[in-house]
Amino acid sequence: MASGQQDVEALVGRKYRHGFVTDIESDTVPPGLDEAVIRHISAKKGEPQFLLDWRLKAYAHWLTMQEPRWAHVRFDPIDYQGISYYSAPRKKTDGPKSLDEVDPKLLETYEKLGIPLHERAILAGVAVDAVFDSVSVATTFKEKLASAGVVFCPFSEAVQKHPALVEQYLGSVVPYSDNYFATLNSAVFTDGSFVYVPKGVRCPLELSTYFRINAANTGQFERTLIVADEGSHVSYLEGCTAPMRDEHQLHAAVVELVALEGATIKYSTVQNWYPGDEQGRGGIYNFVTKRGDCRGDNSKISWTQVETGSAITWKYPSCILRGHNSVGEFYSVAVTNNYQQADTGTKMIHIGRNTRSTIVSKGISAGHGQNAYRGLVKVLPGAEGARNYTQCDSLLMSPDCGAHTFPYMEVGNPSAVVEHEATTSKISDEQLFYCRQRGISEEDAVNMIVNGFCKEVFRELPMEFAVEAQNLLAVSLEGAVG
Amino acid sequence: MLKISGLEARAGGRDILKGLDLEVGRGEVHAIMGPNGSGKSTLAGVLAGRPTIEVTGGSVSYRGRDLLAMDPEARAREGLFLAFQYPVEIPGVNNVYLLKAALNALRKHRGEAELDAFEFLALVKDKMKLMKMDDSFLNRGVNEGFSGGEKKRNEVLQMAVLEPALAVLDETDSGLDIDALKVVANGVNSLRSPERSMVVVTHYQRLLDYVMPDFVHVLSGGRIVRSGDKALALELERRGYDWLEEESAA
Repeated sequence: MASGQQDVEALVGRKYRHGFVTDIESDTVPPGLDEAVIRHISAKKGEPQFLLDWRLKAYAHWLTMQEPRWAHVRFDPIDYQGISYYSAPRKKTDGPKSLDEVDPKLLETYEKLGIPLHERAILAGVAVDAVFDSVSVATTFKEKLASAGVVFCPFSEAVQKHPALVEQYLGSVVPYSDNYFATLNSAVFTDGSFVYVPKGVRCPLELSTYFRINAANTGQFERTLIVADEGSHVSYLEGCTAPMRDEHQLHAAVVELVALEGATIKYSTVQNWYPGDEQGRGGIYNFVTKRGDCRGDNSKISWTQVETGSAITWKYPSCILRGHNSVGEFYSVAVTNNYQQADTGTKMIHIGRNTRSTIVSKGISAGHGQNAYRGLVKVLPGAEGARNYTQCDSLLMSPDCGAHTFPYMEVGNPSAVVEHEATTSKISDEQLFYCRQRGISEEDAVNMIVNGFCKEVFRELPMEFAVEAQNLLAVSLEGAVG
Repeated sequence: MLKISGLEARAGGRDILKGLDLEVGRGEVHAIMGPNGSGKSTLAGVLAGRPTIEVTGGSVSYRGRDLLAMDPEARAREGLFLAFQYPVEIPGVNNVYLLKAALNALRKHRGEAELDAFEFLALVKDKMKLMKMDDSFLNRGVNEGFSGGEKKRNEVLQMAVLEPALAVLDETDSGLDIDALKVVANGVNSLRSPERSMVVVTHYQRLLDYVMPDFVHVLSGGRIVRSGDKALALELERRGYDWLEEESAA
């Protein structure tokens, strides 16, 4: 009925909460990209020669590439010469050595976001490597991690302290020539996180990084590299919020995961970047390359993502199942409201014998949102006994939104079993009426039904993150009721 | 408790109720009977505030308030409960979660403390025994994959937990075999009290063998054409509805 429809639309029109800009003096290079800018970034960070060479190779390659246009998203042309490629909060001396040295305004920003760094980290047992505009300014729990032998630090620090590890693994999963945005990232990335878990170590803490984009017109190019050595185990949480902003901002991150024999990496993301306003103005372009390599036998990589933000989300966290008996998982909730667009999914590349992959994708579309699942399951001829199960569910919450499913399968081994299931549903007026007849408000009913729809994904998230994800979903989809 | 005067309502582009009068006192059980299409379910829907039904005339007073001016959730919080004829499935939402949210919404409205998970579970398990339901019901999705009989038992379970002041049962007996009917009737009977009124909508008098009504009304052509006691239901069982429709047409 028309009335029920309007109610649902009113519920999904809630304002973005995290819209504010912190006034911190930024050390920003002028807009534009050429070799000199790349040399400037590299010199600023005191990088070894191999890294500068790698950046320059990537830049040269990028100049030969075309921006891809195959995704089911539409956006105005990006002016790559209009972006400033480096911005760092100005350092008072040589950079903060403890929280006391961190710019109080920065800490205040985290408070507003509900991320009281010290308290929250201690209470939740989470080590936070907070990335603020490209440079990591605070890291906690270092000692505890260090005593376990776990390296968890800003990427730029890893380049200084563990150059051999960086040189060995950087670009080994996502090569500098991989795709337009990953190649751009390889040339200009400014910082990110680095994790190394030694042989047989079960990382004692959930590792967590909060990303933020702050300075106007600054593209953010994060680079994250996680290496889990033989028999190790690590769970990594990535959560994001961004201040309100009128012009589009490009975010092209790269995440590389390497799991050696018997290792497990669990990578969870809650992404809540500014999605633009009700008319589709502003918002982040989130063009990310995430890939994990199950390099050793019996290794496992699991991606879980809750994507509620960004004007455009374009990402396919993938698994290369190279080791025998290795396991890849992808659990995703993607929400598009107003004029948000998402083209997201995964690639599962089965190379080793008896490799298994599971894909569970939940797309929620509201307003004029467009939500596409795009996934590739590829079984190479040598992948004897490979198994895949794929489930794609779409939930439509308005008459003007869209849901699209693009599953690709390439099966090169006759013993492989590949299953695909897809459903499309809407919140029915009867479901809402049923809940309301039991005394539950329409807003709570919508939340309950949407959370029920996403349950299979939420239960893959670490506990504290699951609560946060449900709150985020509520913020993204609720109206300003009450 | 409930006073309906001259009620007129439209649904699906047709006039269904055409001047219906009914009064239900505290603690009374009223059976509404009638042939298919006579407007029984429309009446139940109007009382609960179903958005697809348009009230075009008349008034409904519930505990001294204008019922028609209240949202469906406000009616529920004021103690009006509808046992649905076709309970909807809500995949992924735990049965127990919905029920806890519902009970706490009611308790909050009444200014009572919300129950925590342990208190709530103890309460529900007690009621489930009454309805002969096993624990697996709790963690299944709301009505998801339930058989017809399970759905109806689930409705009565919700009613037992929410303890309404006025319960409207819309064809709660339809689709039940005799054993399930007895369980459901037993559940309903256990909820009878001098404080609680019930409107039992049914096509067959079979349910009334187990749930003994104080009053029986026959709905035909959108109006109540005859009222009586249990004997009327038995007469309908014997003679069908045709003679009444002929009489009221004459």
